[in-house]
Amino acid sequence: MSTPVSDHTASPLIFESGQDGRANRYFARGKQLSEFLPPDALREDLPIPDNSEMDVVRHFTRLSQRTFGIDVGFYPLGSCTMKYNPRVNDAMASLPALRDLHPYTPDAFAQGALRIMWELERSLCSLFGMAAFSLNPAAGAHAELAALLIAKAYFKGRGETKRDKVIVPDTAHGTNPASAAMCGFKVISLKSDKRGRVSVDELKKVLGDDTAVCMMTNPNTLGLFEDHVHEITRAVHEAGGLCYYDGANANALMGNARPGDMGFDLMHLNLHKTFTIPHGGGGAGAGPLGVAKQLVDFLPTPYVRKRNDSFVLDFDVPKSIGPMRSFWSNFAHIVRALAYIYANGAEGLTKVSQLAVLNANYLRVKIREFLETPYDEACRHEFVASAQELKKATGVRALDIAKALLDRGYMAPTIYFPLIVPECLMIEPTETESKETLDAFVDALRDIVETAKRDPAQILAAPVTTVVGRLDETRAARQPDLRWYAK
Amino acid sequence: MYTPHTKADIAQMLQTVGVDSLDALLRVPDAVKLRAQLDVVPALPETEIVRRFEELARENAGASCISFLGAGSYRHYAPPAITALAMRGEFLTAYTPYQAEVSQGYLQAIYEWQTYICLLTGMDIANASVYDGATALAEAAIMAINANGRQKVLVSRAVHPNYRAVLKTYCDGLDIAIEELPVAADGTTDLGELARLAGTKEYACVALQSPNFFGVIDTPGAAEQAALKASGTVLVGVVAEALSLGALQAPAQWGADIVAGEAQSFGVPMAYGGPYVGFIASTKEHLRRIPGRLAGKTVDSSGREGYVLTLQAREQHIRRERATSNICTNQAHCALIATMYLALVGKTGLRDVAALNLQRTRELAAAVEAIDGCSLPFTAPYFNEIVVCVHQPAKHALAKLEQRGILGGIDLGLYYPEHANCILMAATEMTTTQDIQQLAKALHEVVHVHARV
Repeated sequence: MSTPVSDHTASPLIFESGQDGRANRYFARGKQLSEFLPPDALREDLPIPDNSEMDVVRHFTRLSQRTFGIDVGFYPLGSCTMKYNPRVNDAMASLPALRDLHPYTPDAFAQGALRIMWELERSLCSLFGMAAFSLNPAAGAHAELAALLIAKAYFKGRGETKRDKVIVPDTAHGTNPASAAMCGFKVISLKSDKRGRVSVDELKKVLGDDTAVCMMTNPNTLGLFEDHVHEITRAVHEAGGLCYYDGANANALMGNARPGDMGFDLMHLNLHKTFTIPHGGGGAGAGPLGVAKQLVDFLPTPYVRKRNDSFVLDFDVPKSIGPMRSFWSNFAHIVRALAYIYANGAEGLTKVSQLAVLNANYLRVKIREFLETPYDEACRHEFVASAQELKKATGVRALDIAKALLDRGYMAPTIYFPLIVPECLMIEPTETESKETLDAFVDALRDIVETAKRDPAQILAAPVTTVVGRLDETRAARQPDLRWYAK
Repeated sequence: MYTPHTKADIAQMLQTVGVDSLDALLRVPDAVKLRAQLDVVPALPETEIVRRFEELARENAGASCISFLGAGSYRHYAPPAITALAMRGEFLTAYTPYQAEVSQGYLQAIYEWQTYICLLTGMDIANASVYDGATALAEAAIMAINANGRQKVLVSRAVHPNYRAVLKTYCDGLDIAIEELPVAADGTTDLGELARLAGTKEYACVALQSPNFFGVIDTPGAAEQAALKASGTVLVGVVAEALSLGALQAPAQWGADIVAGEAQSFGVPMAYGGPYVGFIASTKEHLRRIPGRLAGKTVDSSGREGYVLTLQAREQHIRRERATSNICTNQAHCALIATMYLALVGKTGLRDVAALNLQRTRELAAAVEAIDGCSLPFTAPYFNEIVVCVHQPAKHALAKLEQRGILGGIDLGLYYPEHANCILMAATEMTTTQDIQQLAKALHEVVHVHARV
């Protein structure tokens, strides 16, 4: 397996290279700006460098070689679903008539694009059991915000303004409480039970006429299926609240079970997880928001509709919370997700989640031979291991294991999350990895644990093969250096 | 399915796990069992997928029309080197660079992006990106609210209507009231009341866009800037056409404390509305309130320089409900594209392309103004968009242009009922003299047919 280039010399900033007179000629030489505008409208200087195209190409090629993507190696990052991103999806998103379409193109001139949005929307509704999906939100957290705004508007419309509490299990993603706060909701954190699940009894204690929404991930971030989910959603509904499904972990059940059937009223999907959209180093993603029938009128605008045989962007959604973003959707990603569904069909998607769960369980039983797995039962798409015992015995922590994996050519798992597991390693292999890759990863992890027992200093020093070693994060935060300045 | 499992693999792995079937691994309680027949698009081999999308693409006649559409999404030239670099798998398939040691390249690119945005806006700091220009404005307003604790926001009616609508969506969640400043006869914001309103100290911020939605340069004068400063009202400068920064005063020069912008023009495809890339830049004072990720420079254990994501105590994965924003996934890859664009075009290219936009738009203005029955209502200096009055409902005129294969612009009546006879038209370096001639000819026919009826 290849690792990023082990060239330890620093890569100069683009601002430290270039010369006046080295400009590329992409454009006809423009006239003087002062021919068009009064001097007080013009900027004084434009302090950015002119670099030759070749120097720029080398610069970014070098930066790419110092970056680890799924294309470089195994990426078992829990709750992030780092599966293979098929190239045909990118090719379809790059078709000129999709790539170069202006968002204000009249509907009659954009029927293909609208049909793509509609086909994806209809497919998602069936796959997840929702009445409608809005493709408007740009990411998962953005959809959570939209969902909570819908809940707020829904209760306001019913005169139930007292409902100001959002219940979030302690295993939830950090975006859940942060999104709730952006709608003025108060957050109630719910402690998990011994089995790592939401306790129905504990939930009932906090439910009441001030409950707005209960947000859940299923399977949760421990990789465990919330087997009381039906009782949970029923209890929330009996209290008059709404149930939200955080679809970050939808890869574990797609085609096999549906949030709509579990009683959820609102949900989001991360197309950049379950539906193979490339993460692109942190974005862009896409976060379709699904709703049950009683909430359809609150969806963000615009909503794609089929009228007779043509498709329209409908901006006239009666009780809409309004738009969430400048334009209609992260359309290039809508194209990619639909191409992925075409590649699989319903049967294929069902198999995808089955094999994702198989891969996770296979890793779990292999890894528990040498690392604790605190919730030792069949998991779904991911599971947690803990380095607590290893730390007691050797001083080697989850962080050190993560860094030692980088030396062996692997991306590290998610660490120290969920917060309830000490020295947590959260591992999600996804379905696109072969048995051989999983076996090799187990060997690497076993080697790290054995080395830690024999010679902990070696693991504590990791990584040593990367372009830099462990970085001083305290210094970065205390003396923020967030940009280059001209000397 | 993109799954490598052979039958033998599956059998062997099931045995290792100790279950007898895949179904057994996914068992759920009866109450939530899947009973519906799934209805999704059919499975196709890759050859057929390509055929299907090519067929759908052909139904988008709009992508090949002569077009004067702008209004926050612009058709600009992107050097092919960008695609070659940005589509490299290392960049495309990386996650957020939390494991810094194997993400130095991406982190450095984010640091370079932050620097470019600072240099172009004249601000001290910039974040790693937000979703787009509209959400940048909403997040900037929240920064201002958190800075001075005031519960009202003032925004010019010449700010992009979609940006104002998104600002309202966000403000509804926080029970923040929005008030608007009117538009003056010349197309700029009427700032007559600004000093008095700021003096009440009730407004967290005022948002002004330049060039504004009508394409007009719209910046406050020294007196207004002083009144804002004296009253502690944050000036949010909105930039919906980032290419204008190649020519126009940096927002810092006109007093912006926070800049909220959209950088789609820097090489990011129009793609029917997304993904684009929003940015937020500000003075140092707002550092702890800026939303989203920040890349920072530091050193490793042996003193080598390197980059990390920093000041994460502002963010949702650490601070949960007390975070500055809920943003997690951002627009990193679009920001990377914009960084590559700026590196390739450099200051010479950016000035040249800005000058070409100014020139083409003036050619467009001259051609349209020469038509008997068309006029340009706004007189203030403009960048690459103009408002054209056609003295008949704009939507009718646009429909007739469409019949002639021309997307003439945006019906201003959609957002400003008082301007229902006006079209917002954009011209860029991609607009040819021939495009302008064809539009002028068609527009001439349209207004004259109308005049005769």
